[in-house]
Amino acid sequence: MTPETTQSVSQHSVSDVASGHDAHAHGHAPTGLMRWLLTTNHKEIGTLYMLFSLLMLFIGGTMALVIRAELFQPGLQYVQPEFFNQMTTMHGLIMVFGAIMPAFVGLANWMIPLQVGAPDMALPRLNNFSFWLLPVAFTTLLATLFMEGGGPNFGWTFYAPLSTTYAPPSTNFFILSIHLAGISSILGAINIIATILNLRTPGMRLMDMSLFVWTWLITAFLLIAVMPVLAGVVTMMLLDINFGTSFFDAAGGGDPVLFQHLFWFFGHPEVYIMILPAFGIVSLIVPAFARKRLFGYASMVYATASIAILSFVVWAHHMFTVGLPLTAELFFMYSTMLIAVPTGVKVFNWIATLFRGSISFETPMLFSLGFIVMFTIGGLSGVMLAIVPADFQYHDTYFVVAHFHYVLVPGALFAIMAAAYYWMPKWTGHYANETLGKWHFWLSVIGVNLTFFPMHFSGLAGMPRRIPDYALQFADFNMLSSIGGFLFGFSQLIFVWVVIKAVRGGVKAPAKAWEGAEGLEWAVPSPAPLHTFDTPPEFVPERDSPSRHSDH
Amino acid sequence: MTVHQSTDNSSGVKRTVRNTLFALVAMVGFTIALVPLYDVFCEITGLNGKTADSAQVISATGVDTSRTVRVQLVTRSAPGLPWRLEAINQVVTVHPGEVAQARFRFTNTSDQRLSGRAVPSVSPSQGARHFRKMQCFCFQEQWLAGGESLELPLVFQVDPALPDDVATLTLAYTLYPMGEEIALGGLHD
Ligand SMILES: [Cu+2]
Repeated sequence: MTPETTQSVSQHSVSDVASGHDAHAHGHAPTGLMRWLLTTNHKEIGTLYMLFSLLMLFIGGTMALVIRAELFQPGLQYVQPEFFNQMTTMHGLIMVFGAIMPAFVGLANWMIPLQVGAPDMALPRLNNFSFWLLPVAFTTLLATLFMEGGGPNFGWTFYAPLSTTYAPPSTNFFILSIHLAGISSILGAINIIATILNLRTPGMRLMDMSLFVWTWLITAFLLIAVMPVLAGVVTMMLLDINFGTSFFDAAGGGDPVLFQHLFWFFGHPEVYIMILPAFGIVSLIVPAFARKRLFGYASMVYATASIAILSFVVWAHHMFTVGLPLTAELFFMYSTMLIAVPTGVKVFNWIATLFRGSISFETPMLFSLGFIVMFTIGGLSGVMLAIVPADFQYHDTYFVVAHFHYVLVPGALFAIMAAAYYWMPKWTGHYANETLGKWHFWLSVIGVNLTFFPMHFSGLAGMPRRIPDYALQFADFNMLSSIGGFLFGFSQLIFVWVVIKAVRGGVKAPAKAWEGAEGLEWAVPSPAPLHTFDTPPEFVPERDSPSRHSDH
Repeated sequence: MTVHQSTDNSSGVKRTVRNTLFALVAMVGFTIALVPLYDVFCEITGLNGKTADSAQVISATGVDTSRTVRVQLVTRSAPGLPWRLEAINQVVTVHPGEVAQARFRFTNTSDQRLSGRAVPSVSPSQGARHFRKMQCFCFQEQWLAGGESLELPLVFQVDPALPDDVATLTLAYTLYPMGEEIALGGLHD
């Protein structure tokens, strides 16, 4: 074959794989709204994902503030219990599926091709479709609030038969929106796996990849494994509601407990889907600002994989009180506690990285350090919840609410914020305003702890979750939580201001925005041009890469 | 060099997509399979407290008079059916292997002919497969005319194989309304 024919063959297959690239390169690119609607560029889609998740953060956050306003004092003040239930349910669904997950997918879109030296995601058109499913899904979900009988009111875990026999008529739309969000996640995951496994620049081995890429690869496998289970569960609900089947209906020979088994078989890996990419982000930022090699790169990879595998055998720790046999309770208790081992390895590695480092405290580092401390608090309350006899007391109380908010807010959300501040120079060409960033961080830290720490105590004292009114003895803790909630909520507006300021101007960033940062993304100019790595860059192992050290 | 790289990419991407789609289909299949698997698993272990849904024969393994088991009978009604279900004998003390009887009263408090079904559940769940029913109103739906009251028996036996640490079994009946179609089926019986 002559070089010319090879050339044309490959041109064809490249346009197959990265068609959006061609469309833009030839100057036929649509403008305005159509540009965003039809874009296949990984950076633009990444931006869309993140803006969408920011919008959802504020919608879900507003719902949280409705909840906190109602709980500010005992008694019913502002909303009726029916509406309160819709708020708790929608808040959970929107934050999990609309804010946290799309934010991580957005970060993956922006950063994975840059970190592996690829020109774009492997399947750019599919990428566009995955994103645009989300606005449809969440418009549908939010629309249920205005339908007759109101929106979903059965909790974000939508236990049957509460979500089937006793559900509002809008539940079919809820099921549709979950399906759409699920398909979006699955397609996103396929794209991420295909990109990481096939589009790495020559010479970059799997064990040379950044930990953000690694954790996302493992997360994507988790998504492929459990999203079909979620889809199956909601489909069975749909059949029970509309077609007279009895999957979860005891009257017809079904079993409501089956719902819980299926839901948590999805649900527990889902919580790792929301935290593994956060581990990856923190594993990049901590070495960058400690100016020291990441301690235990390989153990980080193996710990992530162990957590992912273990996540499939712990689901019934959410169901200790349904009446499992003793042997099952013991099995799920010990398997759950076992997860603390790889998680502990990670926390140890971050601390060991910090040890004797030359640390500076820019905003991304502050959010990462906040993550390490407060995620560990959430992890420890998780170990407490894993203890079967203790869980009988904690189950369905505010202690559980405190636990999962610690891992999701100062855990996952803080890591997302850290990533946003860390890569802001690469996205906008300007550093985020440090003063505002520090205000954002410290107000968030105070707000988040004021909101969620007292919930440990109200929970231990017996306050049940998902109630609009409560006994007088819980009044003080709830008032503190509400004050903290409003502080935290309004502090997030600072972040919006920071983003707007960075887009408009600010301190110009060089290609390598942070002195201690590593990765191929710092080899391209800031802001990153629309098209990068059209020819694969040369891979040179850096400080954190095991390749570099095996050479010695 | 670069050119070959790109060609390799697209076939690699196709292969990866094919493999992930295959994994996806496998997981969908697994999810569907979980439903019957769960039923089989529960039938073997009694995990969900379900008892057999048709009459069982008396097992003639002899009566173990050295042990007594308290059988508590509780009832509750799911919403939607204007019926009352009461256990006349709330506690029955039996020796394992002994055949015993308990009586229940169904009352239709409305003025319409309606059908309902009592669904049993045993706890602790490891007792479920050792609780044998020879005769039970729970095997089929019941019809009651408006204002009618009916007493129905449960004939049961606790298997001597019941683990030693189980001294009390609770049998809970939940009363459910039956649907229109099923109600017609009931008339033809
Ligand atoms: Cu879990």
